Amino acid sequence: MDAAHGTAVAPSAEHADAGHSADEMKKHVRRYIAVFVALACLTVITVGVSYLKLNRPLAITVALIIASIKAGLVASIFMHLISEKKVIFAVLVLTAFFFILVLVIPSLTIGEGVGVSTG
Amino acid sequence: MSETVIPYMVKPHPVTGIPNGKLGIWLFLASEVMLFGALFSSYILLRTGAPHWPPEGGLSSDLLNVPLATINTLVLITSSITMVMAWASLKVQSLPKFRVYLGATILLACVFLVIKYFEYAHKFELGHFPSHDNFYAIYFTLTGLHGVHIIGGIIVNTYLLTFGSKLWKTDPEHFTNRIENAGLYWHFVDLVWIFLFPALYLL
Repeated sequence: MDAAHGTAVAPSAEHADAGHSADEMKKHVRRYIAVFVALACLTVITVGVSYLKLNRPLAITVALIIASIKAGLVASIFMHLISEKKVIFAVLVLTAFFFILVLVIPSLTIGEGVGVSTG
Repeated sequence: MSETVIPYMVKPHPVTGIPNGKLGIWLFLASEVMLFGALFSSYILLRTGAPHWPPEGGLSSDLLNVPLATINTLVLITSSITMVMAWASLKVQSLPKFRVYLGATILLACVFLVIKYFEYAHKFELGHFPSHDNFYAIYFTLTGLHGVHIIGGIIVNTYLLTFGSKLWKTDPEHFTNRIENAGLYWHFVDLVWIFLFPALYLL
């Protein structure tokens, strides 16, 4: 009977061991809630700053900094990048390189009049 | 004829150290970064090339509905935490909690789309279609593509909540991995909005 019972619960117990213990998950959940509160606060701050009508370069800088902090929180905590394997970072470094390249390309065309209104 | 099974969907691959499904979703997200990156690049090109942005004058925040977009930002952030809580519920073996959290994620995604519908409807009433000017063209393209991603997330999450959840009974670890992968996609959709919101509405 015991042996049969042991067999029945084995996959579940193994799963719990392979994943996270209940205490460990509680810590994770507290961290998720903290990140959620931080994201909500940063959203309110972004909107609040936009009402200050700062000059554009400063407004863009502030908004980008806040958005980057928010993105960093989502990526590192919600997407578990904080404890991820090297191969994921290798993919991300390569992606970041090409992403920046794509963002920089428009600046190469500005001097040639591309996108400049003729009106 | 033996059944073909994709290897290392549950256990980590010995070379990469992660299950194949997770590597697959990250590679997909990398391609998504390039897709949205190309459009962000177009946005920068249009914006820096225009004598005034938005072209018809005023500020972006005057033309678009900032309060609705702020609510939508909070809705998406909330859906991100419910998504990660759905995964966390499976990690502690609670399928009922998982169902509640994933159901909430789907519901919040629908709320996002409903709010977006009201935003779009108001623009159309004013005759502001994508063809109106470059501002509306890039606004509708970026938010439209993002909206399509929301719809994709709703479809995948609904499948995982219903028929897909049968996998929990036979292979709980595999199912938990699927939810983690669906979560990675969903957080990415949230992440894109985090940049879209200030870029389009506030600056």
